[in-house]
Amino acid sequence: MSYLTLSLTLIFVLIPLLLSRTLKLGLEKDTLIATVRSIIQLLVVGYVLQYVFQADSFIFILLMILLMIGAATQNARKKGASIQGITWKLFITFVFIEILTQSILLGLNIVPATPQYIIPISGMVIGNSMVLGILFLNRFTAEVENQKEETELILSLGGTPKQAIHTQLITSIKASTIPTIESQKTIGLVQLPGMMSGQIIAGADPVQAVQFQLLILFLLLTTAVVTSIMLGFLSYPALFNKRMQFLKLKS
Amino acid sequence: MNQAAIILQNVHYSADGIHILKNITGSFPEGKITTLVGPSGAGKSTLFKLCNGLRSPDSGEILIKGKSIYEYDPLDLRRKVGIALQSATMIKGSVLDNLQLPLTLQGQKIEREYAEELLHDVGLGEEFIERNAKDLSGGQRQKLSIARTLVNKPKVLLLDEITSSLDRVSQHDIEELIEKINRKYGTTIIWITHNLDQALRIGHYTWVMMNGELIESGESSLLQNPQDKRVQEFVKGELE
Ligand SMILES: Nc1ncnc2c1ncn2[C@@H]1O[C@H](COP(=O)(O)OP(=O)(O)OP(=O)(O)O)[C@@H](O)[C@H]1O
Ligand SMILES: [Mg+2]
Repeated sequence: MSYLTLSLTLIFVLIPLLLSRTLKLGLEKDTLIATVRSIIQLLVVGYVLQYVFQADSFIFILLMILLMIGAATQNARKKGASIQGITWKLFITFVFIEILTQSILLGLNIVPATPQYIIPISGMVIGNSMVLGILFLNRFTAEVENQKEETELILSLGGTPKQAIHTQLITSIKASTIPTIESQKTIGLVQLPGMMSGQIIAGADPVQAVQFQLLILFLLLTTAVVTSIMLGFLSYPALFNKRMQFLKLKS
Repeated sequence: MNQAAIILQNVHYSADGIHILKNITGSFPEGKITTLVGPSGAGKSTLFKLCNGLRSPDSGEILIKGKSIYEYDPLDLRRKVGIALQSATMIKGSVLDNLQLPLTLQGQKIEREYAEELLHDVGLGEEFIERNAKDLSGGQRQKLSIARTLVNKPKVLLLDEITSSLDRVSQHDIEELIEKINRKYGTTIIWITHNLDQALRIGHYTWVMMNGELIESGESSLLQNPQDKRVQEFVKGELE
């Protein structure tokens, strides 16, 4: 695509702008900000990727991945701000997921060990892990708050912290992973997954695109379940002290 | 007074910057029934949570059977010093699930006969056993909560307003049950109640708390003839 044709796509920005103006929706400012940000961010990413791909150096790949993990941590930590030490707990969860998935993919030669594969796949894995982390923390902090009497009851009867928080933990792990599992049941029926569409547009063989999409789907299944479980088991001990007393969530 | 089951020495406790318990010093005699009375917000329930290890004092000492509370394994302490919480909270599940919860937590199950006996003791028929615990009435939940606390066979029993939602007949039945447990097993009972008649009826001893302080303690008859002005007013208001 040339820059000329790309600029023509700005028509798709003008339509909402004009509509917003005439109907006084007040969306102009946000639309403009969104447009400008997406142009800048994606161009930067494009050039950075180009550079990294050409350099084909392990250090650059590592830096990119660390950058993604850092951004994901920064994004998700707000949702778990009431849990002590959530930042590093998220960080090691993302690092673990990344290492787990890449070592299977590269170790078994499922994908070639080139930046063209490693970086986009890492992006999808870490991005999904972040969303799962946010879903989990949202639900878990709500469950902990709503069920604090049950938690205290179990402790009072001589239950361990793990027993006292077990129901809330399992409920939250389930609730946060269900959307991933459910969406995979209907995938392809309504909407073609973005990556697969992109590949097909770029001229790839649809069947090959499907194979690759399946790989990603299965990868995201692992990502979802492992993220929630790991985050859950890292988070809950922060709710109790050494004397097995239930602490209030930080406000 | 004979030996003390629980001794508190200069106990202070605060939460969220509120000084809830202020310099509590006193004891609960072994094998006796002591009632704990005082206006709402006096810190009675909080004191219970300290004795059962759900909270720790900011300063001061709590001795259970002569041993510092910190020397106990928390889980062991909570089984020895059983508490029936004011909220009579139920977990999701049936009456049976709730009744056997203390055993489930130790990987055991309750014997059906024992379950029925306990339910019968607190005035719940065996037809309740499969019911959903969350559907029970307030009074029924209190009864189940008492039975559940008894499953651990605690040496000290902390009862937090366990009859506040009960009709008079059930109230008397529970009083009889607790007195029986006290006589039969020598269990030390500490009972928070807003009902001063009840305190006079069942308590050998009593503590009067106000505003986070222990104002008066001694034999229950002190409620009929309190020394402290504030206690006199409180008692007058309650017995009216
Ligand atoms: N976790 C907490 N954080 C802040 N304040 C608390 C907390 N728990 C209790 N309090 C406060 O401590 C005081 C004592 O509460 P507590 O429940 O012990 O009173 P109580 O004597 O049992 O009252 P009632 O007769 O109404 O049950 C109250 O003012 C209460 O608001
Ligand atoms: Mg109370």
